[in-house]
Amino acid sequence: MLEIKCPYCGKRSQNEFSYGGDATVKRPTLGEEISTEDWDNFVYFRDNPRGKHTELWHHVSGCRQWFKASRDTATHEIFDTCKMNEAFNE
Amino acid sequence: MSNAYRTKNSTGLINKNKKINFSFNGHTYHGYEGDTLASALISNGIHLIGRSFKYHRPRGFLGVGVEEPNAMVQLHEGNKSEPNIMATEVELVEGLKAKSQNCWPSVQFDIGEVNNLLNRFFPAGFYYKTFMWPKSFWMKIYEPFIRKAAGMGVAPLQPDPDRYEHNYEHCDVLVVGSGPSGLASALAAAKNGARVILAEDKANFGGSLLTDEVTIGNMSGKEWANDTVAQLKSLPNVIMKKRSQVFGYYDHNMTVMIERVSDHQENPSKYTPRQRLHYIRAGEVIVSTGSIERPISFGNNDRPGILLASAAKEYMKVYETLVGKKPIIFTNNDTAYSTALEFLKNDIVPVILDTRNNSNGELVKEVKQKGVNIRFNSGIADTKGHLKIKSAVIGELDKDKENFTSLESIDCDCICMSGGWTPTVHLSSQAGNKLKFNEEIDAFVPDKKRQRESAVGAANGSFTLNQSLAEGFQVGFDLSNKFTDNNIETNTPNSKEPKYEKHERLWCMPLPQGKKPKRFIDFQNDVAVSDVELAIREGFRSIEHVKRYTTLGMAGDQGKTSNLNGLQYVSNIEKKIVPEVGHTTFRPPYTPVTIGAIVGREVGNHYLPTRKSPIHNWHEENNAVFVAAGLWQRPRYYPKESENMNDAVNREAANVRKNVGICDVTTLGKIDIKGPDAPEFLNRVYTNAWLKLPVGKARYGVMLREDGMVFDDGTTSRLSENHFHMTTTTAQAANVLSHLEYYLQVVWPELDVNVLSTTEQWSGIAVAGPKSRELLSKLFPNIDLSNEGLPFMGLVDTNIDGIFARIYRISFSGELAYEVNVESNFGLHMWKKIMDEGKAFNIEPYGTEALSTLRIEMGHVAGAELDGRAVPFDVGLNGMVSKKKDFIGKRSLSKEAFTSEDRQTIVGLVPLDKRTKIPEGSHIVENDKVASPVPKLGHVSSSCWSVEYNNPFSIAIIKDGKNKIGKNLFAVSPLKDISIPVEVVSSHYVDPDGERVRS
Repeated sequence: MLEIKCPYCGKRSQNEFSYGGDATVKRPTLGEEISTEDWDNFVYFRDNPRGKHTELWHHVSGCRQWFKASRDTATHEIFDTCKMNEAFNE
Repeated sequence: MSNAYRTKNSTGLINKNKKINFSFNGHTYHGYEGDTLASALISNGIHLIGRSFKYHRPRGFLGVGVEEPNAMVQLHEGNKSEPNIMATEVELVEGLKAKSQNCWPSVQFDIGEVNNLLNRFFPAGFYYKTFMWPKSFWMKIYEPFIRKAAGMGVAPLQPDPDRYEHNYEHCDVLVVGSGPSGLASALAAAKNGARVILAEDKANFGGSLLTDEVTIGNMSGKEWANDTVAQLKSLPNVIMKKRSQVFGYYDHNMTVMIERVSDHQENPSKYTPRQRLHYIRAGEVIVSTGSIERPISFGNNDRPGILLASAAKEYMKVYETLVGKKPIIFTNNDTAYSTALEFLKNDIVPVILDTRNNSNGELVKEVKQKGVNIRFNSGIADTKGHLKIKSAVIGELDKDKENFTSLESIDCDCICMSGGWTPTVHLSSQAGNKLKFNEEIDAFVPDKKRQRESAVGAANGSFTLNQSLAEGFQVGFDLSNKFTDNNIETNTPNSKEPKYEKHERLWCMPLPQGKKPKRFIDFQNDVAVSDVELAIREGFRSIEHVKRYTTLGMAGDQGKTSNLNGLQYVSNIEKKIVPEVGHTTFRPPYTPVTIGAIVGREVGNHYLPTRKSPIHNWHEENNAVFVAAGLWQRPRYYPKESENMNDAVNREAANVRKNVGICDVTTLGKIDIKGPDAPEFLNRVYTNAWLKLPVGKARYGVMLREDGMVFDDGTTSRLSENHFHMTTTTAQAANVLSHLEYYLQVVWPELDVNVLSTTEQWSGIAVAGPKSRELLSKLFPNIDLSNEGLPFMGLVDTNIDGIFARIYRISFSGELAYEVNVESNFGLHMWKKIMDEGKAFNIEPYGTEALSTLRIEMGHVAGAELDGRAVPFDVGLNGMVSKKKDFIGKRSLSKEAFTSEDRQTIVGLVPLDKRTKIPEGSHIVENDKVASPVPKLGHVSSSCWSVEYNNPFSIAIIKDGKNKIGKNLFAVSPLKDISIPVEVVSSHYVDPDGERVRS
């Protein structure tokens, strides 16, 4: 079980969180014209990197805030976490 | 005969004043307080414990603790029965019942032993090779046969009556193992102020200090251990746990420890758990797990009475038990000589065989001085004795130690073997440590760590007491400094121990000429030297493949005594050095763990939390039959006297259509939405338009996922300019809240909106039926509930008995209906008030089944239709989709597949005979007489008995649904083996124009 530092609450066990996937994906702007291919890329396709990954977590059994984590998908090392409007300290 | 195998002196840890009776295979014996089942049996002269896994060979004790691969027993009886328990780990308790495993009819005479006679037909990979053909035999013949033949003990079929608990701990430093290095590091860390947990598997702290003749400071090792334990116990920042095995090391320094709380107690108090599972998140973990002695492979080295030299010593020193009176000691190193000295103290002169040419170690000299003849350059070729060792064939080795030059037979009643020591690196390896091979000790030791874990002492390959203590004190102090500013260092005391000479790299004896007795490496999995040879001969090269092919080092044992001997043997055959062969992965759990302990208290009702509405007790009192809706318990129907479910549901539903019904809808998800951008947010979340919803009005909304599939639906109302009240389905309430939070916090943080779950703050009561207006008008005489005063989709705030109430005119049943919301605490009060007032109108409560009937008849979609595979057009929600604005998932809706003519869409079905109910999940086909695979048009999502028309009605999702209306098809349920001719009709079966809700 991972130990994840919520940027609002501090370190908590993984079972308080839910995983939100790749944090670098940008949703297309509302009302914008977008090709089917680009839209499909947004909806369905995600990279599955081995190593450092910027991802979203939701402190769902806690403060209910979404935040960003930089995690190594192979070792589970979490390098840093930050609020949505912040950047990592690295 | 009883307790004939006890030592002369009583310097161990058993209490001869307290006799304990126990039974083994139906015979009653006694031992003493402090005995394990193993030491008690051995003191009664019993070594034959069970039969081996594959060949059903008679087996006894190899070890004295967790390393034991053979001596597993079935403990207790009935629902407390537990299989595969190491007799070495069971503390003796009055009335304990144990029996042998894997044997029939008895451990002395076991039919399965025929496998041993046929052993040349059971080589490595036997099962892979034999049970391949014909393929159809696998499921019905081979697999059940293997299942029956394999496995050791028998799992009980009744529920486990014992109580198990979970505990969560945090500490700065967790020390695993209480030998010299463990005690030293715990003391150093604790004195420096760190919060320490010290875990010891056995019933006594001290590890090797309980058996080794050493001096620390001016005390014996044992005294120093006792003194240190007393010091640690006096410190408030230390938790000491004996009978506690740390068996798993997981991510981010999460370790799991099993504590045997009351297994050793004769009459534990009622609420004392049997075992407790501790989840320990440690700042740093110190692995001071010591080392395990290695056996030596020689012919028939598995007979009862052949055991590790260190185990024999511990039985004598701790448990005051003699493993035999005519011992042979067989070793490739110096440490076994301490076992010889212990025998000598009991006036027993052992025969000593040493594979080395000579040794001048201090213990060897001491044994020599006592006049014992040591046969150097010698080994054991074979042994005899069916159920217990009787004699050994021994001899001198040639120059290359590849053959015996002469052989002779000598009588014995036990053999104490020692192949040197293997650091217990399991936890470090589990933590991701990349081990390295230490040539000095011929074993793997921890090297590059991935987590905050440090091995000390023997577990780190530091086999001298001096090194162990120095490492322990140093590492304990260094690591504790990360957590405190005290900087209090504890000095390492001086210590004295015998000097040892080096072991010999020899762990496998040559075969006696002309014979091929089995030389076992892995006792638990019955893997012999010949199996490893075969695997290599058959081309298995990777050590991981050799492991799986031969089963070496697998299962509960995890190769504690066998791993390195196996690697060493592979390296000998392959002519590679051990580090090139590599090692297999150590996996948790280090020792087998009771399933009950993993489950803990999360059994039965406690498996999941139960959510009850504030009106729950009323439902119970009024004979409700409940159904789980997620975590909620909801009334399913309220049977009267002899009514069955169908009768009750039809009565309840019909009463709503005719009079008025009342339904507890508290479980619906409710979300409070506030902020200046709330209308804009809802406009993006829902498929329809929200900007112009007037204050005091509700609107039905549908929300999608980005892939265009319907996610949830419900009514949301505008309470004031910037304040909305959203309702969701019961099932999706939590997911919808997360979804809204995601868009507000991640995607559109610029929107000034706050969302908050208010599901538990409101109690909702639906009042539905043609008489609902009349009823509520009597109850709330001060408000205008006329169609003009409160039109469909309107809402009004009011008071009753000083309670705030909000009345929505919304309907799920399709009838004229209202939903009364009050603060949860007043839910029951409100419900009772409506019931009282409603008597005059023939009000009856209705449950979820009637609720379903009502909505199915009306063609209102619910979870069965909105199953994550439907876009709005599939389920008749075309009118809900705005063409003007963008919203979540809209772009997906214009994709080709979602607008295609032959998509499956919603229809209604009526059986042609108007009698046969159509099972939910039935397939819809055009022709039920064609050969399979029958082309499938779709499936039945919801079924009910229409109370309006008094015949069955179903909703189905079928290909090109709207053009199938009026056609006859078949609903086929292969599960129930029926085919029902049906007519396709509109899904809006009752009141298709929705006149009633607006009446």
